[in-house]
Amino acid sequence: MKIVEDSSPVLTALDRPNSYIGRAVPRPNLKRLTQGRGQYVSDVNLPRMAHVAYVRSPHAHARIVKIDKAAAEKAPGVIAVVTGAELAKVMTPWVGVLTHLKGLKSAPQAPIAVERACWQGEAVCAVIARTRAQAEDACELVSIDYKELPAVTDPETALDAKTPVIHAAINDNLCFERKLDVGKVDDAYVSSDAVIETTFRFGRHTGVTNEPRSIVADWNEGEQRMTVYQGTQAPHMMQDLFAKHLNLRHDQVRVVTKDVGGSFGIKVHTYADEMATVALSKLLKRPVKFVADRIESFVTDIHARDHRVRAKIAVQKDGTITAFEIDDLTGIGPYSVYPRTSGIEANQVVNLVGGPYTCANYRAQARVVFTNKNVMCQYRAVGHPIAVAVTEGLVELAAAKIGMDPLELRRRNLIADDAYPTQSASGLKFEKLSHHEALAHLDAMMNYAGLRAEQMKLRQQGVYRGIGFASFIEVTNPSAAFYGVGGAHITSQDGATVKLDAQGNISVHSGITEQGQGAEAVLAQVAASAFGVPIERVRVVTGDTDNTPYGGGTWASRAAGIGGEAAWQAGKALRANVLAVAGAMLQAKPDGLDIRNGIVVDATTGNERLPLEELARVAYFRPDTLPSGVQAELMATRHYVPRGWPFAFTNGIQASYLEVDVDTGFVKLLKHWCVEDCGTIINPQLVDEQIRGGIVQGIGAALFEQCLYDERGQMLNGNMADYLVPMAAEMPDIECGHVVSPTADSELGAKGAGEAGTAGAPACVMNAINDALRPLGAKLLVDMPFTPGKILAALGKV
Amino acid sequence: MSDTGLDIAMTVNGERVAERVDARTTLVDFLRDGLMLTGSHVGCEHGVCGACTVRVNGEIVRGCLMLAAQCDGAKVETIEGLSDAGEIADLQAAFEQRNALQCGFCTPGMIVAAQDLLKGGGVPSRDTIREHLSGNYCRCTGYQAIVDAVESVAKARAGGKT
Repeated sequence: MKIVEDSSPVLTALDRPNSYIGRAVPRPNLKRLTQGRGQYVSDVNLPRMAHVAYVRSPHAHARIVKIDKAAAEKAPGVIAVVTGAELAKVMTPWVGVLTHLKGLKSAPQAPIAVERACWQGEAVCAVIARTRAQAEDACELVSIDYKELPAVTDPETALDAKTPVIHAAINDNLCFERKLDVGKVDDAYVSSDAVIETTFRFGRHTGVTNEPRSIVADWNEGEQRMTVYQGTQAPHMMQDLFAKHLNLRHDQVRVVTKDVGGSFGIKVHTYADEMATVALSKLLKRPVKFVADRIESFVTDIHARDHRVRAKIAVQKDGTITAFEIDDLTGIGPYSVYPRTSGIEANQVVNLVGGPYTCANYRAQARVVFTNKNVMCQYRAVGHPIAVAVTEGLVELAAAKIGMDPLELRRRNLIADDAYPTQSASGLKFEKLSHHEALAHLDAMMNYAGLRAEQMKLRQQGVYRGIGFASFIEVTNPSAAFYGVGGAHITSQDGATVKLDAQGNISVHSGITEQGQGAEAVLAQVAASAFGVPIERVRVVTGDTDNTPYGGGTWASRAAGIGGEAAWQAGKALRANVLAVAGAMLQAKPDGLDIRNGIVVDATTGNERLPLEELARVAYFRPDTLPSGVQAELMATRHYVPRGWPFAFTNGIQASYLEVDVDTGFVKLLKHWCVEDCGTIINPQLVDEQIRGGIVQGIGAALFEQCLYDERGQMLNGNMADYLVPMAAEMPDIECGHVVSPTADSELGAKGAGEAGTAGAPACVMNAINDALRPLGAKLLVDMPFTPGKILAALGKV
Repeated sequence: MSDTGLDIAMTVNGERVAERVDARTTLVDFLRDGLMLTGSHVGCEHGVCGACTVRVNGEIVRGCLMLAAQCDGAKVETIEGLSDAGEIADLQAAFEQRNALQCGFCTPGMIVAAQDLLKGGGVPSRDTIREHLSGNYCRCTGYQAIVDAVESVAKARAGGKT
């Protein structure tokens, strides 16, 4: 069994006896998944449950002239056919704006389109039937007259005066714009030895979660309560939104999230068809189930990354980078997605470009425009893959231009490891990063010099291999600075409750959610370590707004760093409570006692004093035998939110080694490396697997994935045969290494690790392809994904 | 659609079942909705993702590309049956130990496909493992942990060290 454990954690206050911090403990919830005994929302069946299928607009932009539902209503098994106008009486519309993204605007969006459909795939009518098949049959019988309207499909011309405005009420097609000008960019151009300019393009792609979006909504008219089983990353956020738009109180809405078949940011947004499903349950007073099929997923799951970035770098002969400049344009569909908005990705690009480097001159412009394509919003590593590809693409172009080794050029510009705390030109605040140590580690790990020698030798034999790098920073552990300050009810704090049962076992109830990343393992490890029991005696409960403390869920690599810290603090609090009881029972001072391996012991000698089973028995069943005035408090809750820093930035560097077949344009990935610093590593195996999985998603963006649209706004490849995703045969083995710089914002010191892989991989692959083809005089490849056709075109062969 | 209903009988995980199904019902929908065997998953419904991989008469098939009616008289095995029979216990343990699953949605199909490779005996190369699993989509892991887990089981079954 090859389990990577190449770094020991930094153990301070965490270095308790029987600590599980830093150990590759297998996840507690895996056995049910390997046996097919998981419970995904698509598996949920309730009494009286009906199924909904949606009739979706075939047009990118059309007026809905008339909906004739008579034939559908008579179809076998049909319970109801509901239009947008009818559902608008049950649920209020929403607008995806945040006040801290100044000027960001959007239009009201309804659960089912009313009067007008604004993208191909928008739900226009709902058919509810006894089975999904019957609902789909009846969808075919709904007759809708559309008047097709001009579709805005090219972001480049979306703001032109002659382009139709999608939402008349907001005057133009501009959703959001941001400008930044720091230092003296123009002076830097004048005084530099070289200025390199190019335009990067990023294919619009999507998450392709293996389980499509799924929801079962169950309005109980008798209880006046809505229970929603939903594959979501943020149950409490959804509770708030369902309540708000159905005019219910929070306590009338319960969101239950069991197993989720992949999320990656796809399942942290408000989807009109999911909102509609909840509203339909209220309307029909019975459970209603919606599971998107794969085609629906492609045209309604949020897309991301459709950016065009004109970019410039100025450099001196000695390798000093003197300026970065970008002009980012992105088309986000007809609505800013609620409630996180579709301005965040471009905003992040502006924030992150140049982030690893000392360069103080930086100018940026980002414009986010409306189009009549599916909506775009936050997907794994939001903005990072774009910012990193732009920055690192420019850095390697600069290195090539001045004839300097690309790693050497980075060494001369990366922020020094002893320069912290510091901040980027864009104003990002860094507590402690380790770019140089990470680079040195990577250099050694991949045997860079050896690979370069191999590359040169093979070139002489007509084999074209490339090496590409990407240094990066990653936003993790977000405070309220991300969404809360903008008015969204998205909490940045998280809570954990740890309680002792009557046999001396504990359970941890947490507001973070398990999306497969291992959140439940992390909670079990942390709570077991803080409290002092074997991990087998910890049960974890997540994903239920009735039974967990209020929390933000899983996004922006926050679960381990924020939810983990809350569990750590709650575990410590319960230990103190239990030791107070133990002290009373043993007539000992509580601070002279500890809990180790499930037994109360003498803290200095380790001598066993009292098993937890016995303490729990007395506390629960014979409290009469405790001294007067002693009340056992055997449940403790703690909340945590980072306060010292708005975000806990992580850093790292990746490298890709690949071979380009110059006759076919195919890229063979030979090996990939990543050295990452996510602070304290709670579970090294889980961290490495997050990195590997993230890298492969980034490789997908670089080589395969793109949602192709025609000029009328029709998606051309909305199926898995035509939209390519990374499969096992094409992927390389990936080697991970670590530097550990804990954040001092928490006792655990853990930062996030969920998105670093995705942030850096596209840049690496792009740089490696260009490195491979440079001796052939190929045109620069800066238009992702790098398909064989594009590579052959760059080589002048097609 | 009762006018297109068909009476079928088959053995599923060793149990005899006899049901009336629509002619259009796929095998995986029949297993999930008709028999409540929800371990086989529906990911794409067009034969690409492999989440619905099950065994019919000893061969692995895509449950979304085969009709239930085509399985009349067949012997069908799903992740639930293979788990209870213990046939894949070592693969499951290796997947758990190696964290070769994250969300777990692909895992039943992935393990059924891996067992199909390994039941032939021998220790396949990593490239062969990757090739054999190339019809099973996993969005979470990046595949390396899966390859590691399958390789370790192949070696263990062949008597080598893992």
